[in-house]
Amino acid sequence: MGLKGRDLTSIRDFSRDEIDEVLTAARRLIPYAEGKKSSDLLEGKVLVLAFFEPSTRTRLSFETAMQRLGGRCVTIADASATSMRKGETLSDTIRMLSHYGEAIVLRHSNEGAARLAAMVSDRPVINAGDGAGQHPTQTLLDLATIQEAFGTLRGIHVTLLGDLRYGRTVHSLARALAMYGTELTLMSPPGLGLPAEVREGIEETGARLKEEDQIHRAVRDADVLYVTRIQKERFADETEYQQVAGSYRIDASSLVGAKPKMIVMHPLPRTGEIAPEVDATPHAAYFRQAFLAVPVRMALLSLILAGRLP
Amino acid sequence: MRELKIQPIRNGTVIDHIGNGLALEVLKIIGVQNLDRDSTVSVALHVRSGKLGWKDIVKVENMELVPRKVNAIALIAPTATISIIRDFKVREKRPVDLPDRIAGVLTCPNGNCISNQAEPIESEFEVHRRRPVVLRCIYCERLVDDFLHHLS
Ligand SMILES: Nc1ncnc2c1ncn2[C@@H]1O[C@H](COP(=O)(O)OP(=O)(O)OP(=O)(O)O)[C@@H](O)[C@H]1O
Ligand SMILES: [Mg+2]
Ligand SMILES: [Zn+2]
Repeated sequence: MGLKGRDLTSIRDFSRDEIDEVLTAARRLIPYAEGKKSSDLLEGKVLVLAFFEPSTRTRLSFETAMQRLGGRCVTIADASATSMRKGETLSDTIRMLSHYGEAIVLRHSNEGAARLAAMVSDRPVINAGDGAGQHPTQTLLDLATIQEAFGTLRGIHVTLLGDLRYGRTVHSLARALAMYGTELTLMSPPGLGLPAEVREGIEETGARLKEEDQIHRAVRDADVLYVTRIQKERFADETEYQQVAGSYRIDASSLVGAKPKMIVMHPLPRTGEIAPEVDATPHAAYFRQAFLAVPVRMALLSLILAGRLP
Repeated sequence: MRELKIQPIRNGTVIDHIGNGLALEVLKIIGVQNLDRDSTVSVALHVRSGKLGWKDIVKVENMELVPRKVNAIALIAPTATISIIRDFKVREKRPVDLPDRIAGVLTCPNGNCISNQAEPIESEFEVHRRRPVVLRCIYCERLVDDFLHHLS
């Protein structure tokens, strides 16, 4: 049915064909994202960025994406400056904002906020993270990164490392990868494993799911090592946190047995999970991943707002 | 016909084949306190049943269930059948049936879900799996299979 006018609140909103369409479009838009080509596809259009929770890179990459396509943004970057603080409901705020622009990008602290927004908004809503819930555009750029590195998603062996329980990016990524017949290996500290319902959803697709507890084996077998942040507040005390965090830290020596083409990904910002010395290795893909946020979001905005590419 | 130890009713609703021990939950859903003051409610607990081994039965005079209540009963007592009695006769009898979407019956167990905030919306779930029933919150996508503790 085409992506024009569509919402993106959860990666489940898009079929595999539609995800493919976005990824293909993103590849074509890389020269535009690099500023080597320019476009006025979205000239005259306004994107409303409603960030009720702090975020720098997600918000900036949406702003960049919109401006590279000739459009403009209006931004709420600080919820305390809005009437939401005076008790206005999200429903009312969204109803109002949906008349200020052609689409809304929403970041909010409550799970399901984007779905609610999509229901009350007359204009498309793109979820830029709702609490511990979904962050579908992150999933799309993660897929784009893997696809760029290997030319395909099928048959790639992805190892998810770190906090797989609360890390919001990994749940929808794991689901999406399963859809592409990716081989998945999980490695997480005790108590921070993938939630049962996410696991179940993945196993239902027939995807293979393995557990690993040795970093060197996880590294050796992986095409992609997807590292996530381990949050301090999940642990009883500082010592326990330091211990766990230390045993999940990736440095140059942990990568010794890696396949030559293996890539290390991270949603950023990192807080010590990946040592800076890894940046200089050919395995480091997290900055490329951060850059691909722009062409992926350009692809989404083009397809949702204009129904076509530049 | 052990059930008819209970006095027959002229008009009303019989909820039969309720899983053993669940009649009190069904009464809560019906909201007995809101019934017509002349209506009798009869409850039979731990009744022999061919199909279920043991079952509970609830009979309520002068009341017909709105769909929302039938949905709630379907969630906690999926084997129940509902019979409408008019003039002492069974006019209509059907098993409870769970629609694909259930609004306003359950509260989402995720306290941080937008449906639990002060928004002008009802909770809403879609059926994720039917046997056994698992529901998914349409907002936060949380799965729920423990309905007894989350009835709104
Ligand atoms: N006038 C009545 N007053 C009270 N309960 C009644 C009356 N007529 C029928 N019932 C009850 O309504 C339910 C359905 O009646 P029905 O005659 O179809 O029962 P049944 O033959 O036992 O069927 P089932 O296979 O559903 O158990 C039974 O639980 C029955 O006891
Ligand atoms: Mg009977
Ligand atoms: Zn919910």
